[in-house]
Amino acid sequence: MYRFAISRLLQAIPVLLMVITVTFFLVHSAPGGPFSADKAVPPEVIKALEEQYNLNQPVWQQYLSYLGDVIQGDFGPSFKYPGRTVNELITAGLPITAELAFYAMLVALGVGITAGVGASMRPNTMQDYLPMTGAMIGICMPSFLLGPLLVLIFGIHLDWLPVSGWGDIPGDKILPSITLGTGYAAYIARLSRGGMLEVLSQDYIRTARAKGLSERLIIVKHALRGGLIPVVAFLGPAFAGLLAGSFVVETIFQIPGLGRFYVQAAFNRDYTLILGMTIFLSTLIILFNLLSDILAIWLNPKLRQEIRGTN
Amino acid sequence: MIFYSDKYSTRHHFKALSSDFKALLLLTIVFGLTGCGNNESNVSSGNKTGTLYWGNGTEPQSLDPQIATGVPEHHIISALMEGLVLKDRKTLEPRPGVAESWDITKNGTVYTFKLRDSARWSNGDKHIAQDYVWSWWRALQPALGNLYAYMLFPIKNAQQYYEGDITDFSEVGVKAIDDQTLQVTLNYPTPYFLQLLDHYSLFPVHQATIEKFGTADQRGTRWTYEGNLVSNGPFQLVDWKINRRIVVQSNPYYWDANNVSLKEIVFIPIENIVTEERMFRAGQLHVTSSLPADKISTYREANDPELKVAPYLGTYYYRLNVRKPQFQDPRVRRALAMSVDRQRLVDNITRGGQIPAYAMTPPGTMGYYPKSDLKFDPKGARRLLAEAGYPNGEGFPATEILYNTNEGHRKIAVALQEMWKKNLNVDIRLLNQEWKVYLNSESAGEYEISRAGWIGDYVDPNNFLDLFLCGGGNNRTGWCNEEYDRLILDVAPSKSSHKERLEVFQQAETMLLNEMPIIPIYTYTTVQLVDSSVKNFDANIMNAASYKDIYLQVNQE
Repeated sequence: MYRFAISRLLQAIPVLLMVITVTFFLVHSAPGGPFSADKAVPPEVIKALEEQYNLNQPVWQQYLSYLGDVIQGDFGPSFKYPGRTVNELITAGLPITAELAFYAMLVALGVGITAGVGASMRPNTMQDYLPMTGAMIGICMPSFLLGPLLVLIFGIHLDWLPVSGWGDIPGDKILPSITLGTGYAAYIARLSRGGMLEVLSQDYIRTARAKGLSERLIIVKHALRGGLIPVVAFLGPAFAGLLAGSFVVETIFQIPGLGRFYVQAAFNRDYTLILGMTIFLSTLIILFNLLSDILAIWLNPKLRQEIRGTN
Repeated sequence: MIFYSDKYSTRHHFKALSSDFKALLLLTIVFGLTGCGNNESNVSSGNKTGTLYWGNGTEPQSLDPQIATGVPEHHIISALMEGLVLKDRKTLEPRPGVAESWDITKNGTVYTFKLRDSARWSNGDKHIAQDYVWSWWRALQPALGNLYAYMLFPIKNAQQYYEGDITDFSEVGVKAIDDQTLQVTLNYPTPYFLQLLDHYSLFPVHQATIEKFGTADQRGTRWTYEGNLVSNGPFQLVDWKINRRIVVQSNPYYWDANNVSLKEIVFIPIENIVTEERMFRAGQLHVTSSLPADKISTYREANDPELKVAPYLGTYYYRLNVRKPQFQDPRVRRALAMSVDRQRLVDNITRGGQIPAYAMTPPGTMGYYPKSDLKFDPKGARRLLAEAGYPNGEGFPATEILYNTNEGHRKIAVALQEMWKKNLNVDIRLLNQEWKVYLNSESAGEYEISRAGWIGDYVDPNNFLDLFLCGGGNNRTGWCNEEYDRLILDVAPSKSSHKERLEVFQQAETMLLNEMPIIPIYTYTTVQLVDSSVKNFDANIMNAASYKDIYLQVNQE
């Protein structure tokens, strides 16, 4: 197991290097520089600024010195926000985005697993059709529609919940978490239903039923573990997706997280910020995928055997 | 053995799951409990404590007045800092600021400012004339990357110093005669010079603070952060949370502190204007920065007194690239301009009370109302186009309208495309590019028609007309007329009376409109929502609020 984890981590290094290289040359080749503006910028100013941020050097040299900084954990200064470093901006936004992603994940797991398992217990009945239709709608409904809709109903008409903010007014975390979590809840519902149906048709479940165990016990003790493996495999990428994809929800609800910086950075050609965010998020995605793989192995004896066999 | 561990981990896994469920349950309860409490809105609590909640667009780039450029930055900086001269919040006439009085020599080139004895920095330091000499020296350091350095160019030798032709700053026309007397010498009489003093690029900065955190011309040191920033205006910075809020509180050392009513202003950066409108409706903001175009009519129909629409010193126009063969003939350019039905456009498309524009300079700029013979005249336009060799639009080369990706710009471009098809029978296509790409194409001259907008930095026709000087950085049309340049650069500054000066501008404007390298479309408006408790908020054409005058009072009903 340790060996597996270490070898996967080692594999991550060339992947990250690829990500850095491709992103670096991509952003530097995009038309328009970080200092172009609506009002003409005097050439003296452009020159002074490029000198200050080493943009007057050949690109490959910039690349090498950037790589050197990144290895030391320094993502450099932001171009758009003079005085802020990329590390500082990430540190400011990360806890908020992570918290949002965590709550959204709780919503997704709670609602998704309940609906999926419930549906799998009575396949092809109303108990199955209703949540699965709901799930289909949840998958299809984009958050930029769901968010404003929820705000309109619960924030403005009913006046139960705040319409925006994060940690400023009690209760302001509810709507963003639900908005972000719903799409994932729907996906998890479908995954867990599929997984459960497969497990419930296995011989060992029939054995358990034959032994006269209660249905509840069968589901909880015997079926869930196997039935949720697809969900576990989905968790890693889902969490990374929640972190990286929270931009829309952050904008709708005025949440000072990472997502807003990421999108703005691309529009502003804030090279260091784009790169810093990309590297940071790729690292997270790699890590979460690894974690979810480890979890899946731990849950699935068959995979464990395979790993042992190959090592 | 395997079976045992299997069983064990099943139980373990269930435990883990169930604790998740418990957490979720707990979370729901906690959320539910706190959510249903009756929260007081920002607006009603702010009205009691004297806190103004201000929707402020985007996260400010910087609060350094010699680096910042945008409108959100302007709002915060104008609460924190003050120039020698202020503007009247209604008429924008110059009013005493840090300078309690000033004298101007007869020839209009030497200004002597008398600073207030009571002027102080927010840390209690005395605020003296030397502060301006140092601040303007800093503003002219190229390494600082000050995009507004040109605002200082009316000062004698400032441009030469900035461009490196002069290295001795003492030759630049700014002198501290004593602690309270500042003498400024200009190149030539500049009637709008007093106005420039209220632009943040000419605001004073605190030397000791800047030097504590870096060198004077170093960009992006930490001197503008909360706890560090020392300023001279009615408010001082107390909190800056990235993308969340900037809080300023009244500055006890401000010379006019007794007349400042607000205790605190919270600037909230809200990029999404739909979210901003919802926050306003939920009572979380006193003032919004904008209002989505499709909501304006709803507020209009409801006759909502909170909706404020005011003219804004800016022109929305299209550039025509005169280097392209089809636009080398001024008749073609006139024909396009004459076949735009501006009234229909502002009534049906933009719907924000915009004013159809028939000249580059907005009407009423320092008493200047440009005369223009441009009007909506499809017949005349067809005739001109035929004379230029395209009868009924035949043989008109492929032409594109370039605009930066934005729904509002797209709608306008579609409307113009349709008008030109209907009135001139020319086929024009649309091309949208992402902001920076669009800027790149435009300044490289890689376009035929491009969308543009110009917001005035100061209220004077000069600020709109000098865009189109030969080779000017903001011209970008390739149009060049030496006579026009002469009028703007030599003739207008030499006129001693305001009236004569305006006549020269009218001459230049007429020249511009005859040649038509640009198509003026409309004069901007500011559309915002303002809570009824906000008093002394006067929308002016610069959209510059006077925070020291604003007070909050709930209307008695």
